[in-house]
Amino acid sequence: MTTITPYRSTAREPRDGFGQLLHAEWTKFRSVRGWVIGMIIAVLVTVGLGVLIARSTGGSCAAGNGHTQHAVACGQPTYAVGPGGVLVQDQFYFVRQPLAGNGSITVRVTSLIGLSPYTGPGPLPAPQRTSVPWSKAGIIIEDGTRQGSAYAAMMATGSNGVRMQWNYTGDTPGLPGAVSAASPRWLRLTRDGDTITGYDSADGTRWTRVAAVTLAGLPSTVQAGLFVTSPRQMMYSATLGSGTMNTSPTEATAVFDHVSRTGAWPARAWAGDDIGAGGIQVSPASVGSHQAAGRFTVTGSGDIAPLIAGPTNDGPNITVRDFLLGTFAGLIAVAVVATMFMTAEYRRGLIRTTLAASPDRGRVLAAKAIVIGSAAFVAGLAATAATVLVATHIAQRGGGLFSVFPEPWPTELRIIAGTAALIAMAAVFTLAVATIVRRSATAILIAIVALVIPFVLSAPPGIPSSLVDWLLRITPAAAFALQQPAPQYYQVQANYLASSGYFPLAPWTGFAVLCGWTALALALAAYLLRRRDA
Amino acid sequence: MSLPAAGLSHTRYPSRARNGREALHAEWTKLRTVTSTGWLLLGAAVLTIAVSIAADAAATCSSSGCQADTAKLSLTGVQAGQAIVAIIAVLAVGNEYSTGMIRITLTAMPRRLTVLAAKAALVTGLVLAAAAVGVLASVLAGRLILPGHGFTAAHGYPPLCLGNGPVLRAACGSVLYLALIALFTLGVATAVRETAVAIGLVLGLLYVFPVVTSVLGNHHWQRHLEQIGPMTAGLDIQATVDLKSLPLTPWEGLGVLALWAAGALMVGALILRFRDA
Repeated sequence: MTTITPYRSTAREPRDGFGQLLHAEWTKFRSVRGWVIGMIIAVLVTVGLGVLIARSTGGSCAAGNGHTQHAVACGQPTYAVGPGGVLVQDQFYFVRQPLAGNGSITVRVTSLIGLSPYTGPGPLPAPQRTSVPWSKAGIIIEDGTRQGSAYAAMMATGSNGVRMQWNYTGDTPGLPGAVSAASPRWLRLTRDGDTITGYDSADGTRWTRVAAVTLAGLPSTVQAGLFVTSPRQMMYSATLGSGTMNTSPTEATAVFDHVSRTGAWPARAWAGDDIGAGGIQVSPASVGSHQAAGRFTVTGSGDIAPLIAGPTNDGPNITVRDFLLGTFAGLIAVAVVATMFMTAEYRRGLIRTTLAASPDRGRVLAAKAIVIGSAAFVAGLAATAATVLVATHIAQRGGGLFSVFPEPWPTELRIIAGTAALIAMAAVFTLAVATIVRRSATAILIAIVALVIPFVLSAPPGIPSSLVDWLLRITPAAAFALQQPAPQYYQVQANYLASSGYFPLAPWTGFAVLCGWTALALALAAYLLRRRDA
Repeated sequence: MSLPAAGLSHTRYPSRARNGREALHAEWTKLRTVTSTGWLLLGAAVLTIAVSIAADAAATCSSSGCQADTAKLSLTGVQAGQAIVAIIAVLAVGNEYSTGMIRITLTAMPRRLTVLAAKAALVTGLVLAAAAVGVLASVLAGRLILPGHGFTAAHGYPPLCLGNGPVLRAACGSVLYLALIALFTLGVATAVRETAVAIGLVLGLLYVFPVVTSVLGNHHWQRHLEQIGPMTAGLDIQATVDLKSLPLTPWEGLGVLALWAAGALMVGALILRFRDA
């Protein structure tokens, strides 16, 4: 008896169609020398501009040449560093006593008046009583009197009601409304181990808990007491091509009474300290405190807040984002390649071969999008990682006029990977546009107008910021928000300008805007590719 | 079979002048019969006016000493209009290469530099006309809108008037600026031949200087870059106040752009002359 084996072809199973399609598109991409060169140019332009910017910020002081006419001291300025590595301004008048172990402090604030001694260029006007929105008066528990100490505080503010703030960036609102003799504010802080709880009250009997925060590693003896501070007011005005900033120091005076304490406090008198004197803000001569019949009148100036980076703010001028300013030029190169990746098919008639080989047109578009997106992501990642590493190294080595704003590593990673994602998504967007319009000139024009022009308008000062913010919310260029170097703190008054990298949208929200545009363009492109003759 | 004698009499080589006139006529026919040319010219003028009006409307001046340059402000739209002007110039060359028309053109008119000169002359003429409309309307819009936003004579800003020397220089200079941008772009497009690459290269070169100089910490470098950038230097022509603080005088700035245009045209001409189409 013989067994008959059915015939089986020895040829391999056909490969998955989409894999083959990807391979075909990848072959098209890599075998056109100009496109590969275009991607390399994108990397080189981005890195080159980053190095140029870094060198211009670092070198001039170390070289000691006579070109710089600005009266800036050589060497990097030193900034106080708060918990978690945040650069901070820590300047206030502190009426304090040590508190050993657990305990609490309660006060009533009956008055908080701001004074603005100087309000702009020209001769000194008479000091004006003003409401400084974020002047602060209240009680604070600190782990020491060093600038950048960990703390938690309950405070009345100029026009933002009662707040509990801690470790420079934390903020929770309490009772609203301004402080006056007719409507005083009662504040209480309680320490229990590492936990500090803040309470507020309008009458001293009914108390509301505002927040409880944990200050890790708080020593057993802490500094606690009354504090007053008042931030500089900053006015920024820009005309085309140049911006001018006027800053005016302010001071605030607050009256406290009904000071009561529980816990182990020493019997000695309260000590007064101008914490951080001679810091960012010159302390007016009037800061200090005096005490009579249980009433404390305290005057302070400064702020307890994170430093805001940027040339129009108090923090370091330069951020990682400034080194990546050349991204837009690299983006133009990538957009040119992405455009031609599609329009060359039409110009050479190759599209008919492509579509004959794989009749599912949507899959062709998907394969093209994946190939160009991946290539752009790799180029973008190489460009941004190299730029950030090299430029940061150059700027720090120079030890020059400007210091670089230190980024926590998650932010730096978001800026690097996010910029690469922005370039990749922009390439896919451009490809979709090119599929829709089929013509190189129109496609590249749309890509540049949508992705690059809003960013270019935001860079130099002087274009009205309302216009720029509006553009950076709705156009695909909103994705540049991924490069935002530091958060905008609503509780810190500063110049959050798009030209310093403060975008109107949150980083990933901005990226979502670009993704939305890309999805829309891809959908329209797929529809038209199916419906039109090639 | 022999050619008729009448045909032979026409084969004598035409004079240079006639050659040029015919080249102009051929190029004019090509530009005129492409619908995009008209739309783009209209677009350049309209965009210039629209952006100028937006800038006028967004500016305010509440007291004297706002440090604004009203002529420059009212001509802001030129910065946007130049993108369309660049497209016009790129398409004048790029379309020929993308369709293969260039081979017919060069067969019919073997003097390649004459072809380029004819293209340059026509594109310049058309752009000058569109730019004149855009710039004049922008100045007029500034004259009408700005006093309503606080730029009054009381604050030291008399209404814009072309009879005023510096304002006239800014306006005429802006028209010339746009024409020079067209010539610069034409040179680049002739050199690189590919539409998308030419547009990317020109817009990149224009915008990279103002963006990068805005963050440079070293003012010496900043000034140098502003002096060599085609857009930053060229737009110095729009300044009417505080000329001493400019990196270059207005006409020197426009001269820098003219050098860029001449350089690009020269490279384009060399490549056109010596490379196969």
